[in-house]
Amino acid sequence: MSRMPLPYNPKVLELFKNPKNLGKMEDATVTAVAGNPMCGDMITFYLKINDQEIIEKASFESYGCAANIATASIVTEMIKGMHLEEAWKISWKSVAEAVGGLPSVKFHCGVLAVGALKRAIRKYYKERSVSKSWLLEELSFEEKQALEEEELAKMLEKRMKTEK
Amino acid sequence: MENVKELLKAHEGLKREVYLDIENSSMVPQEIVEAMLPYFNQKAYGNPTLTHKLGWEAFETIMEMAQKIAANLGCKTLEEVNFTPGETEANNLAILGTASAQKNKGKKIIVSEIEPLSVMHVAEMLQKNGFSLFKIPVNNEGFVNLEKLEAAVDKETILVSTSAVNHEIGTIQPIREALEIVKDKNPETVFHSDASDAYGKIPFNVKSLGLDLATISSYKILGPRGIGALYVNEGVNVEKILEGQIGTQKLWPGVENTPSIVGFAKASELAFEDFEKNLNHMRKLRDMLIEGATSKISDVKLNGPQDDKRASDNANLSFLGCEGEALTIELSLNGVYVSSGSACTRRVLQPSHVLVAIGRKFEEAHGSILMKVTRYHTDEDIQYVLEVFPKAVERIRGITGSTKVE
Repeated sequence: MSRMPLPYNPKVLELFKNPKNLGKMEDATVTAVAGNPMCGDMITFYLKINDQEIIEKASFESYGCAANIATASIVTEMIKGMHLEEAWKISWKSVAEAVGGLPSVKFHCGVLAVGALKRAIRKYYKERSVSKSWLLEELSFEEKQALEEEELAKMLEKRMKTEK
Repeated sequence: MENVKELLKAHEGLKREVYLDIENSSMVPQEIVEAMLPYFNQKAYGNPTLTHKLGWEAFETIMEMAQKIAANLGCKTLEEVNFTPGETEANNLAILGTASAQKNKGKKIIVSEIEPLSVMHVAEMLQKNGFSLFKIPVNNEGFVNLEKLEAAVDKETILVSTSAVNHEIGTIQPIREALEIVKDKNPETVFHSDASDAYGKIPFNVKSLGLDLATISSYKILGPRGIGALYVNEGVNVEKILEGQIGTQKLWPGVENTPSIVGFAKASELAFEDFEKNLNHMRKLRDMLIEGATSKISDVKLNGPQDDKRASDNANLSFLGCEGEALTIELSLNGVYVSSGSACTRRVLQPSHVLVAIGRKFEEAHGSILMKVTRYHTDEDIQYVLEVFPKAVERIRGITGSTKVE
């Protein structure tokens, strides 16, 4: 595997320097986390959702690299004012596009951001025991990927403990 | 490429710039560049093995430079200095060349857990090819466990490799003690040490240490990149690992890089000139950096030992709740250039194996920053770094917010 420099584009750099919608939201309707600090990659989303299932406000916090920060930030911009069903359709590819493209080694940042968003949406309905035809039992690609990364972190942690 | 241009534009108008990423590449001081320049096109640009004036000039130059480096290393003869294209190549030559020369004596290789990848990966490759590999554990300051080393050496052991100074955390290993332990158990075991972070940075003498093989690197002492050397003690058998036209360097085929060899020798000369004074200067700046960062910023951990147990130039700190790649970018935008042991900057999932080996948690390793000072840095440089650092850490921690493991 080669070790390429990371030519972040201006949009990623701008969102890194001046992230939009940064910070904890005290009156969030739903909060979701994806990733694990062991992987150096973790995102928290805070969503304020109204009775019409519209996302009124979204904010984030991120423990991660510049791409992680930028993708989390852009997701909060993209989903503002969206109905949850519409937000559910966002894919990691559209997030990568929205930040002007990502270096391939940073695709997983976009995946993790969308994973956190979908978790939040799933959690919102689950807490209210509401089922939606568009919200399948089976986890979406991004949710699966986030879970996989977290499982991997746990495995590594376990392995480290047994080695010590 | 367009993106890179934009990234560079974002750095315009910096009031000061301080480069501390000597681990990964270095600036070459003007006096070294000037020493090299005549050798590109004014003299000694011939092939040193050929029978004409420019060839003989090259031969004379290379021998003279090897003699200078030999003197700085404490070698008996210049034949013991074998130039290679760098530290990576010298380490590959040491490990593979020994394995190949000694394979009939045994198949066991021992390296420390915190070796640079040019030792570690090569040893792991040999393991896949039928050699047995034992990695000696280290304690939380990075010192090799000598008891485990003693227990591991047997009559099958052909090679032990442990760095004189760790490249990431600056631990000065008790090399002499380790070597005696190894030789007591098996006098035929070849002892190699990557001394790239020791040469010119701590008192280091291959003969008084009794080393069989030692790697040194030019850029680590501010010489040009693309040149290094493997010291091979007289009588130690190492086989070359590349084939081709052999010239003056019996262990490395190809045309000698005379200008770089000159630069390497000049860098050595400068590193050893006023050696004690340089060392004290670097130690002062190192401690300013470590003490300044730990007093101005909360939740900072020093990685590696302190004071005299640590290399004069090395500062490695973990900033908790702060992902390293994000921090290196933030620091860069403010003119401070450093590297991180974070998995993100390394493009692999796992962070620095050195930090993991000394018992740092992954999230501590992800927040690590490695800095090396040189004799050219000033108090003002370090003051500037200490001015930028707290703000950078604060901003990245602000993004992290409550996103951390409770």
